[in-house]
Amino acid sequence: MASTASRKTRSGRRSPLVSALLLIVGLLATGGSYALFTASASAETTASVDALVDEGEKLFQANCASCHGLSAQGTDAAPSLHGVGAASVDFQVGTGRMPMAATGPQAEEKPVQFTDEQVAALASYVASLAPGPAIPSDTYLNGEGDVANGAELFRINCAMCHNVAGAGGALTEGKFAPGLEGVEPVHVYEAMVTGPQNMPVFNDLNITPEDKADIISYLQFMDENDSPGGIDLGGLGPVSEGLFVWIFALGSIVAITVWLTAKSN
Amino acid sequence: MADTGSDHGTAVVKREAPVPSTGTAVVPSDAIENPGFPPYRPRVSDLDPVKARQNERRVSWLFWLSIAGSIFAIVAYIVFPIVPGDLNSVRLNTLFLGIGIALGLFGIGFGAVHWSKSLMDGHDLVEARHPTRGSEETREKAVEVFHLGNKESGFTRRKLIRNSLIGALVVSPLPAVVLFRDLAPAGDPVARLKHTLWDKDVRLTRDPDGTPIKASDVTLGSVFHVIPDGLNDMHEGKLEEKAKAAVLLMRLKPSDLNVSQGREDWNFEGIVAYSKICTHVGCPVALYEQQTHHLLCPCHQSQFDITREATVIFGPAKRPLPQLPITVDNEGYLVARSDFTEPVGPSFWERL
Repeated sequence: MASTASRKTRSGRRSPLVSALLLIVGLLATGGSYALFTASASAETTASVDALVDEGEKLFQANCASCHGLSAQGTDAAPSLHGVGAASVDFQVGTGRMPMAATGPQAEEKPVQFTDEQVAALASYVASLAPGPAIPSDTYLNGEGDVANGAELFRINCAMCHNVAGAGGALTEGKFAPGLEGVEPVHVYEAMVTGPQNMPVFNDLNITPEDKADIISYLQFMDENDSPGGIDLGGLGPVSEGLFVWIFALGSIVAITVWLTAKSN
Repeated sequence: MADTGSDHGTAVVKREAPVPSTGTAVVPSDAIENPGFPPYRPRVSDLDPVKARQNERRVSWLFWLSIAGSIFAIVAYIVFPIVPGDLNSVRLNTLFLGIGIALGLFGIGFGAVHWSKSLMDGHDLVEARHPTRGSEETREKAVEVFHLGNKESGFTRRKLIRNSLIGALVVSPLPAVVLFRDLAPAGDPVARLKHTLWDKDVRLTRDPDGTPIKASDVTLGSVFHVIPDGLNDMHEGKLEEKAKAAVLLMRLKPSDLNVSQGREDWNFEGIVAYSKICTHVGCPVALYEQQTHHLLCPCHQSQFDITREATVIFGPAKRPLPQLPITVDNEGYLVARSDFTEPVGPSFWERL
């Protein structure tokens, strides 16, 4: 190869040295300018991230430190937040689960206590303490994945707790898996990555980001499509349906029978 | 109308005591005297012609409602067609079709009942039950037919034919018994219940795609739903094997595990694998709580404590979930050390 290349350059008008020189100049120019531009850009972003982290630290010390400790190291009342990542904060604070209103079997969803900017600041602060899962990118959240694959993965990995229709279900000792109807795709993704409270972790090596996008697509499909069979009775399965039949179907049969056999007045 | 009513009410045949038929075994001697029907109470439509007309209109409305419902069902079927791929169109179609047909049928039914209750003749009456015993003549004729048949065929006389016919009838269902027996698993079912696809060095793979799992993939607090390597290549009996071999893989802090003697090398740095088949009646147990390390069976609320080798801490399950001994191969993938050391799933006759 080398010999053929050299023969070619020799047969041309340019000296071989010119090619090499041009190459070096080109590389230096692109590399140098890249270094310059990125240096200036990262300097700007670092500045804004630092401001966000500072803001988040103040918010954290005012609202979270009483349980999680002044530097998020954890106390007897609450776990350490080192390494839980921005995704965990965005989920817990962004759905109102944190700060907790009271201790109980589990932190329940409630109206969000912070603005979006404050949640972002808290997330940046906690993410700055130790590396952890980041807030997912929008490409996995648009609900345009493979719904059938998402449904299969949901049935295997999620349905035993969250119900096959995403209606939620009971766990042990007062805990429960919440229903998933109307949950923001970003929060679904973050819950899978971080495993909030008693939910296990489904990391990207177990369910790839594309598969997570499919699961989110399935949940959005369920949200957008009503039950084709009529009222779904909460999607809770045979218990709620059986109760409905016992009370209303049997009740109306009894009522009709009473009417049939009663004498007309 | 009202005056004549009471005359009709006495039309019942009053009997002192029921006359037993010859076929009745018990003769009730202390029968309560039949009090007969209560006196006829005239209805509003008997007394008031206005009410009668009102009821007439109501019955007619119910029939008109039925007509309207049936037509509505036809119209709804055309107006709300089923669009392929659109589940909501199925919902609307079935909903309105159902409402229309229900109105069509209930209108007829309620109208007919309302008609008979409020407008038709309202007197109680008794329809006496016919005796079931045939007349002597019929009975004798039947016996005669049997005797004639026996005489002409020689059924009791030709014993060889009769006995061989009985033999043929007894044997004829046997092929069906053999056929149905063959629907059961071939071979010894006990051996099949005791063994699964797991074996030494079989890799743990993800359900459903069958990709192998590295120990490093299983981060703390993770749960993997696991099938044995090679299950997806099966063409026959795949679901049966999956139902026995399904495994739940979890990672706990090694310090949280209480490992009993003989099981020291069954987990790999806190990664444990347990059968997903409940030992109660075989539901998939997969409701794992990451912080309490409890596994909950959704069918009957049996709870297993993973930190104590899946001991039953609540519910009807009798045995802990069988643990699958695991380790890693030289490429870092999780593999089984052996099959389960005990049968998975609920009890069976040979294992109580």
